[in-house]
Amino acid sequence: MVSTAIINPTNLVYARPRGLTQTPSHYCPGCTHGTAHRLVAEVLGEMNVLDRAIGVAPVGCAVFAYNYIDTDFVEAAHGRAPAMATGIKRVLPDRVVFTYQGDGDLASIGMAETVHAAARGENITIIFINNAIYGMTGGQMAPTTLPGMKTTSSPNGRDVEAQGFPIRMAEMLATLDGAGYIVRRSLHDPKNIRLAKKAIRLAFETQLHGLGFSLVELLSTCSTGWGVSPVESLAWLEEHMVPAFPLGDYKVAPSVAALKI
Amino acid sequence: MPRELWEGNEAIAEAAVRAGVEAYFGYPITPQNEVLEYMSHRLPELGRAFVQAESEPAAINMVYGAACTGARVMTSSSSPGISLMMEGLSYIAGTEVPMVLVDVMRGGPGLGNIAPSQGDYAQICHGGGHGDYHPIVLAPASIQEAVDLMPLAFELAQKYLNICAILIDGSIGQMREPVKLPEMQPVVRKEYDWATSGAIRRKRRILSSIYLDVPTEEKVNLRILSRWKQAEANEVRYREYYVDDAEYIIIGFGTAGRVALSSVRAARAQGIKVGLFRPISVNPYPYKRVEEICKQAKSFLVVEMNTGQMLKDVQRAVRNRVPIRFYGRLGGVVPFPDEITCETQEMVKNPSKPDDDPADLWFQRMMSR
Repeated sequence: MVSTAIINPTNLVYARPRGLTQTPSHYCPGCTHGTAHRLVAEVLGEMNVLDRAIGVAPVGCAVFAYNYIDTDFVEAAHGRAPAMATGIKRVLPDRVVFTYQGDGDLASIGMAETVHAAARGENITIIFINNAIYGMTGGQMAPTTLPGMKTTSSPNGRDVEAQGFPIRMAEMLATLDGAGYIVRRSLHDPKNIRLAKKAIRLAFETQLHGLGFSLVELLSTCSTGWGVSPVESLAWLEEHMVPAFPLGDYKVAPSVAALKI
Repeated sequence: MPRELWEGNEAIAEAAVRAGVEAYFGYPITPQNEVLEYMSHRLPELGRAFVQAESEPAAINMVYGAACTGARVMTSSSSPGISLMMEGLSYIAGTEVPMVLVDVMRGGPGLGNIAPSQGDYAQICHGGGHGDYHPIVLAPASIQEAVDLMPLAFELAQKYLNICAILIDGSIGQMREPVKLPEMQPVVRKEYDWATSGAIRRKRRILSSIYLDVPTEEKVNLRILSRWKQAEANEVRYREYYVDDAEYIIIGFGTAGRVALSSVRAARAQGIKVGLFRPISVNPYPYKRVEEICKQAKSFLVVEMNTGQMLKDVQRAVRNRVPIRFYGRLGGVVPFPDEITCETQEMVKNPSKPDDDPADLWFQRMMSR
């Protein structure tokens, strides 16, 4: 418990962002959901849109994202967050509507909703947490699970012959004309976290300026599901996930590129 | 306003527009495509929201999102599409937000056909989505009645924070009849104290159907049930034709009730004292009134376009006090008045006993045709 009376304001280098509630989160130690939540909260706070924001929570570990991010929130059925977000944005076009989804929610059961929200160019922002596994339900294979990766439903490692190949969402969605800003970043070290925050900011700016569908895919860890320690999970991400899901800007509409922030 | 010739689906859509609907999210499926198509040009020209979703699950979840903001919102679909919406309806019921659903039944089960049917009565009245919830279900028998019920549907949905379904079939959807449409009502974006519309100058809100704390979930279920009990007490609707002195009473809803009315008039001309009891609210069902008319009826004849779904509600009210005869047509077959008149004559000539199984006897007759 820190008393702000003691700290000299010029020495305050970090404080809980206004957009995060005081509720301690339920996420596993070392889970990058914590980082992702913080980045979203910081960006919405810095853009001064916390009171105009409406979040759509997924089914997955982040089902209780609304306990931590301090905006109006609704709870979607599994995979349907982009549809809910569409409904909200269409009746309240001046609000900042975002979804926060994992790889099962977004790329498995919700694949159609994701693709079509992008194709329609819905002015919503999706924060896509890709950790290549189903966390909440105990570590099953996800659409983004890597070949050979052991999960509870691919116990001998993902066999591409029987279980297919992972899906690269950022690349795929970038082919859609309705998409304004589609990028992939990572949360495994401070440099990439800073780049991730910039991308989240630009994604929300895309929405604010009505420049189309925006999505930030964030490579994330799941040390519990992967069966490694939190520290090992960061290295695992860098070694295995970054080569399979290259970081970069996959779609930046000229109007988005022209934005001065 | 003068009467105009309207197609059922389009009249229902325009009635929703005039009742102040703010958004429609739907998906094509016959025999209700005209609702979607009409909304696709009518809503944008009024500056309101329209989206043809990528699927019925997507459509119902768009409705869910918009409903959470307090907007007046609706969708429409038909049998297979309604099945796809069931998860979304359960979520909407569990989150306790209002919406209007137009359910245009077709032949089934499965892909079935696009002909009129009443085979989804049980699905919409007695829960197709998971959990303890009860949508208010209104079953008009004509285009005019559907148009008249539209503003009520939105009012009931908002009053009870519930789903209100308009239950029709492909014939009502696609027939053309003279209709008097109401005046255009303005869109009124109400300020609800539960809506997630952006926490501007207020504390932020969460709308969810998740209640991990089990005792809390029980309280929520009781809260939902309490509102349903109020609807049961206040929102029963029905119409009676020639019932005052009737010795035999036909019970049918929607198109089946309408066809039965022609048959009642024909039977009356033959001297049979028959009347028609036509529920308009099939959920809540008019159990009390059916119980009352047991006293005067020598027999009931239940007519529906299914294997006996509303029949169960009638049986629940009658409790073997009076014989019930059943006549059902299936798979998109719509009965003619003559058939029902024949059934009426049979009922008079060879009455069944109070504890006969009406559906069983009907089935045997159907198989021996």
